[in-house]
Amino acid sequence: MIPVEFYLVVSTLLFFIGVFGFIARKNLVGVLMSIELILNAVNINFVAFNRYLFPGQLEGYIYSLFVIVVAAAETAVAIAIIMNIYRRKGNETVNSIKELKN
Amino acid sequence: MEIVELLTANNIIFVLLSMVILAGGLLSVLTEKLMHAAFYLFLTLVGIAGLYLHMNYEFLAAAQLSVYAGGILMLFIFAIVLVHRIGENSESVSCKKKGWAAIASFSGAVLVLATLFIYGNFANCPAADAFTESEVNMKLIGTTLLGTGKNQYLLPFEATGILLLACIIGALVIANKEKEEK
Repeated sequence: MIPVEFYLVVSTLLFFIGVFGFIARKNLVGVLMSIELILNAVNINFVAFNRYLFPGQLEGYIYSLFVIVVAAAETAVAIAIIMNIYRRKGNETVNSIKELKN
Repeated sequence: MEIVELLTANNIIFVLLSMVILAGGLLSVLTEKLMHAAFYLFLTLVGIAGLYLHMNYEFLAAAQLSVYAGGILMLFIFAIVLVHRIGENSESVSCKKKGWAAIASFSGAVLVLATLFIYGNFANCPAADAFTESEVNMKLIGTTLLGTGKNQYLLPFEATGILLLACIIGALVIANKEKEEK
């Protein structure tokens, strides 16, 4: 069988790929996609630990279900905000929001 | 261990799935066009659903496919089509920023992996040969999600419902066009 470390390695790599995108992307939709990658990496960890350590219980399973639901809610609100920004500014890059800077 | 022993169907499926996940994530982060990034994100999400199926968590795989690959990705594509001018490469990120991001994420990954392999003690972790035996049936999931006892999750479930309602109303209010401004 596959040891649990392999799942952890996959999820670590995916998490830091998401971190890279979060820092390097300029477009707000791209930043949001990187956040989805990070959330999915965390989900893999929850599910793998639940499967290997407590196969009779469902804690990590339910937790990752809730993570999926909250990610969906967050994406809907964030896309509404991005569309509002686009309507006001004309573009959707990270640098276009700086009202609070001064 | 012999290399032939490692070539079981389980291991091959796991390696293929993790390659799909990592390649999809990497391409989704690195590609210039946002529509392509959405497609690569789809590959990653489907690979993760396959990983859940591989662990015998059918309901979670179905939820992942329907909510992530079906719902959230559709939202992304809508947002790209509505907001973004197609065919225009919006990414003109400076190489300096990309370099710093690569250094930060690479060092973070090295740190976490080193911690995992130096301090991680998985020797007494049960080798989950019992994947097929301990199948999670829907009845157990339902009673866990909607029960009020110990290790049962009715209250978070209801709180999630309130969160979704608030999120629907909030998204409508935020995305609403304000006509009186014009």
